[in-house]
Amino acid sequence: MNQRKTIISVNNLVKKFGGFVANDNLTFDVHEGEIFGFLGANGAGKTTAIRILCGLSYPTSGKILVSGFDVYTQREEIKRNIGYMSQKFSLYEDLNIRENIRFYGGIYGMSSSAIRRKTDELIEELDLSDIAGTLIRDIPLGWRQKVAFSVAVFHEPKIVFLDEPTGGVDPLTRRQFWEHIYRAAARGITVFITTHYMDEAEYCERVSIMAEGRIEALDSPENLKNNYGVKTMDEVFLKIARK
Amino acid sequence: MVSININGVDKSYGQVKAVQQASFEVPGNCLFGLIGPDGAGKTTLFRMITTLLIPDQGNISVFGFDTVRDYRKIRLFTGYMPGRFSLYPDLTVGENISFYATIFGTTVKKNYHLIKPVYSLLEPFRDRLASNLSGGMKQKLALCCALIHNPKLLVLDEPTTGVDAVSRKEFWETLHQLKDSGMTILVSTPYMDEAARCDRIALMQAGRIMDQDTPGEILSKFRVPLFEIRANDRLGTLEILRSIPEIKRAYLFGQYIHIATDSERHGAEWLKTQLSNRGIANVKITPVVADFEDCFIDAVENYTTHRT
Repeated sequence: MNQRKTIISVNNLVKKFGGFVANDNLTFDVHEGEIFGFLGANGAGKTTAIRILCGLSYPTSGKILVSGFDVYTQREEIKRNIGYMSQKFSLYEDLNIRENIRFYGGIYGMSSSAIRRKTDELIEELDLSDIAGTLIRDIPLGWRQKVAFSVAVFHEPKIVFLDEPTGGVDPLTRRQFWEHIYRAAARGITVFITTHYMDEAEYCERVSIMAEGRIEALDSPENLKNNYGVKTMDEVFLKIARK
Repeated sequence: MVSININGVDKSYGQVKAVQQASFEVPGNCLFGLIGPDGAGKTTLFRMITTLLIPDQGNISVFGFDTVRDYRKIRLFTGYMPGRFSLYPDLTVGENISFYATIFGTTVKKNYHLIKPVYSLLEPFRDRLASNLSGGMKQKLALCCALIHNPKLLVLDEPTTGVDAVSRKEFWETLHQLKDSGMTILVSTPYMDEAARCDRIALMQAGRIMDQDTPGEILSKFRVPLFEIRANDRLGTLEILRSIPEIKRAYLFGQYIHIATDSERHGAEWLKTQLSNRGIANVKITPVVADFEDCFIDAVENYTTHRT
């Protein structure tokens, strides 16, 4: 565990919008195969940082490598090596399960034969054979989220970014969803996740907490709780994020 | 005193049974939480309570008024904040509030004391168009508009969804202040832990009210023994735990595995033996206390078993 490879390396990341500093000198590393929780209040600068790490926006300054690729010059390489899933949008409602999978496989440049083979495997694994031809808008939210996650890791990316992936799902489905996350991490996929569920912060190996553009704390949930002398991550969060 | 009485209510959209046989009472001056995931039927139920939808069956009374027959009366004393932002995006913050005050025949000035704690945070943006507000600011504006006519009943549909833990805590504090001023507040949430912040709760899933009580009673009804297990090979141990019939549920929880057994006879000692018989030694087993998620999962299971 002590000598793990760094998969995301962020050094002095600064992002300004006019006079507003959204990311104020962020420095942190994420390890390969780690489940990394990226927390903070609304408006703390999480989305800005994630967009930079995904190659969707340029930083103002700083040295940032994602899976070894530079966020200034190698954005296309970054996009090919990551998966992304958000609560708000992740699947096309007017395509069925099988079509969604095929669509994303195509976008990530997988060959037709690989897509066909892996689609069958995935549908089998998720136990969705009976409804593979059902439109996404007609299946329950919990199942959608499972499919969305599987699609995000379908091309076996090095890193998957999950932006509030479990919002609104029932507790049992949420726990099943986390099992998918653990299994992906066990296969070596790095999981970078944001959430408003503070108990989910406990599910992560390490957690960073942002406030007003800065990272105020970064450690394992256990150490954070000990350092702040509290029993839950909720209390840690309230101590850090309330200013 | 009862403020809302829901009696055998059904509502379907075509084939979809959104609410089925819902019955419960909301006491007066109560902060009542309707807890359930997306798709449980919370919004449909709220729309029937606020007279915006008519039940297929059953009836609802709000402070003694029937939601179908007396809908005009109910609307006068009800404040409703829908889950989706539904104010006028092309009016400013100030204009939206004035508009809502006017249609209820009142003025912002008259009820300013009610919205002051929330509105003071919005005041710097008075002249900004509602469409240009951040999510948190939109939520505050919507609350002000729902409050401006000093309603007896305030109905809030998922006001804290997507809101960070700090703002959520502040929002709940505001709700308690409003309740203390005499209001009855009905609020829905998919965050199970927010159940603790309510006076009473109802648990809802798949159109059904599965249970309702005070949060304390809901927690104390939970009788299933729960344990936290720390093992080296989490995924492997998980598989083994799931193969043991007396274990009802096993799932990963951070560095631990959480499990529920079927009875108090199957406790920590029993577990240790079961695991060592299957070649797993070196485990740390600690009892854990159930949270609202555990109660919710249990309520779903009990409800399903008793029905079928």
